[in-house]
Amino acid sequence: MEKFTTLTGIAAPLPLINVDTDMIIPKQFLKTIKRTGLGVNLFDEMRYDDNGDEIPDFVLNKPAYRDAQILIAGENFGCGSSREHAPWAIADFGIRCVVAPSYADIFFNNCFKNGILPVVLPQEQVDRLMDDASKGANARMTVDLERQEITTPSGDTIPFEVDPFRKHCLLNGLDDIGLTLEKASAIESFEAQSAQSRPWV
Amino acid sequence: MAGKTLYDKIWDAHLVHEDTDGTSLIYIDRHLVHEVTSPQAFEGLRMAGRPVRKPGNTIAVPDHNVPTWEDRAKGIEDEQSRVQVEALDANARDFGIHYYPVSDIRQGIVHIIGPEQGWTLPGMTVVCGDSHTATHGAFGALAHGIGTSEVEHVLATQTLIQSKSRNMKVEVTGQLPHGVTAKDIVLSIIARTGTAGGTGYVIEYCGEAIRALSMEGRMTICNMAIEGGARAGLIAPDQTTFDYVQGRPHAPKGAQWQAALDWWRTLASDDDAHWDKVVTLKGEEIEPTVTWGTSPEDALPISATVPDPDSFQGGKRDAARRALDYMALTPGTRLADIEIDTVFLGSCTNGRIEDLRAAAAVLKGKRIKDGLRAMVVPGSGLVRAQAEEEGLADIFRDAGFEWRMAGCSMCLGMNPDQLAPGERCAATSNRNFEGRQGRGGRTHLMSPAMAAAAAVTGRLTDVREFTSPAPEPA
Repeated sequence: MEKFTTLTGIAAPLPLINVDTDMIIPKQFLKTIKRTGLGVNLFDEMRYDDNGDEIPDFVLNKPAYRDAQILIAGENFGCGSSREHAPWAIADFGIRCVVAPSYADIFFNNCFKNGILPVVLPQEQVDRLMDDASKGANARMTVDLERQEITTPSGDTIPFEVDPFRKHCLLNGLDDIGLTLEKASAIESFEAQSAQSRPWV
Repeated sequence: MAGKTLYDKIWDAHLVHEDTDGTSLIYIDRHLVHEVTSPQAFEGLRMAGRPVRKPGNTIAVPDHNVPTWEDRAKGIEDEQSRVQVEALDANARDFGIHYYPVSDIRQGIVHIIGPEQGWTLPGMTVVCGDSHTATHGAFGALAHGIGTSEVEHVLATQTLIQSKSRNMKVEVTGQLPHGVTAKDIVLSIIARTGTAGGTGYVIEYCGEAIRALSMEGRMTICNMAIEGGARAGLIAPDQTTFDYVQGRPHAPKGAQWQAALDWWRTLASDDDAHWDKVVTLKGEEIEPTVTWGTSPEDALPISATVPDPDSFQGGKRDAARRALDYMALTPGTRLADIEIDTVFLGSCTNGRIEDLRAAAAVLKGKRIKDGLRAMVVPGSGLVRAQAEEEGLADIFRDAGFEWRMAGCSMCLGMNPDQLAPGERCAATSNRNFEGRQGRGGRTHLMSPAMAAAAAVTGRLTDVREFTSPAPEPA
């Protein structure tokens, strides 16, 4: 997994609540057997019209935000299906950090598995960053995971919380499976004990 | 010290390792796999040279992409869908996991066949790369959806890295009025709590109205726990559960059955358990319910009218405005005046035999409205066979419904069953998101009996207007 340490980039504002994973990546793009190549279809139905042409009003089609690396969004971002294609599409587009007041649980988990940092901030602070982001290409922000803070275009810093284990994995680009297999003996003894106590499983 | 909830008990029974910061390794008893969220996980195993740790506890079935027409044995036309299903064929074979291919009568929606085959048992941990895995919580199993990286993690290690959720109790007291079903309960709950109301929680559903439900009804409730934001929904196992499980192909037998039963009977929340959040609904007050917007929380009794976006606060006001624009609805319109052109009966929410019975009871001797397109998609090949044996298939066909093969079908439009732009559907599925059933398609969620009533009248309809009521649960 790609490490996440600090990120300086353009933030795109998406002031919608309950952005669901069907919006992030519609079902017709789930038929791939790869993890890559989904960025072009990120937010497909909001981004392109029925002829496949770009809808100029959509934020990621505006010149200022075409290279956005940060997304600022409303509450309950990523609700709906468990499709990891959602964070794959976000990462493939080039966005490595989402900032929102809250996330759906499975999406939140999936981000950390793909080198994306989902930052949770109170509504007022998200509103403030949304205003900053609305200023376009001048609205560059810096997200520093080690220090757990976002630096706004005006130079102010906003601290954020992150789970220590997840932070450690993101900072070092660690693969979960490798970490878990270090605990193979604990898994084996659980299985041996379970074979006695719950043999029907 | 406070007692434990059912969730606490299942969690404790599956804890392999806990770090000082609370990050835990949880053992997974059953891993269900389908074609859409698994290919990248198997590819990851191959690249790392890792086997599936417990192939005997891993069950795969294609369901999302498969066509539901009768001659589908000829193969899948859509190239990408075919490649995905063929990849699952090959992965199941190469890694030696249980498999129900499209040609097998036991094939069906993964969350329907798990319980049907007795793979899902009380007290288990069950995961699948699909958010509706919560369905299995109806058995008192801790069941939730996972992403593809986690699918690979479970295949390789039979465990998941988790942080413990908080405990939420949703109690539905009293008895349900005539015409009100499990679907109406769960839509009413989500309307109350919101789609994020359960985020960070595992919900246990309890109370007299829940207790009175059949296993099919309980599965409908837990299926939509995720639409309320909760990872998992649970209902404590009882005699209804044990009667459903006993005798299923992969349920324990003989002495093991007795031993299992002894443990399963301990799986209930203690009276003094601590709840972080409690929500109570009165069963008597629940009405047949439909959705009007593009989020499952946009649900109202069928007797209501389309709400005015200005009646909402904050971000919800803009969301409601956007939803009404997408749904082409005007505030103040009676929900019962909304005309539909499509009816979809099926899905992991409402594709079981009891759902088909409830719809058939409304449709018996009637015809769907002229010009309407209506399809019924049984949740599994075995549900389909049983419905044919009970004469339900004939009722559906005589009424003008298409009688389909098992699969996810129009719930998510990844297969040929889709809405065209602007089409409006009465659906028994679980999500009314923009574009969910097809780009530009408009979805109204409701119970099977309500969908059947809508099929007859061509508009959203209060099923209680029909003289022949939905039958009592079997």
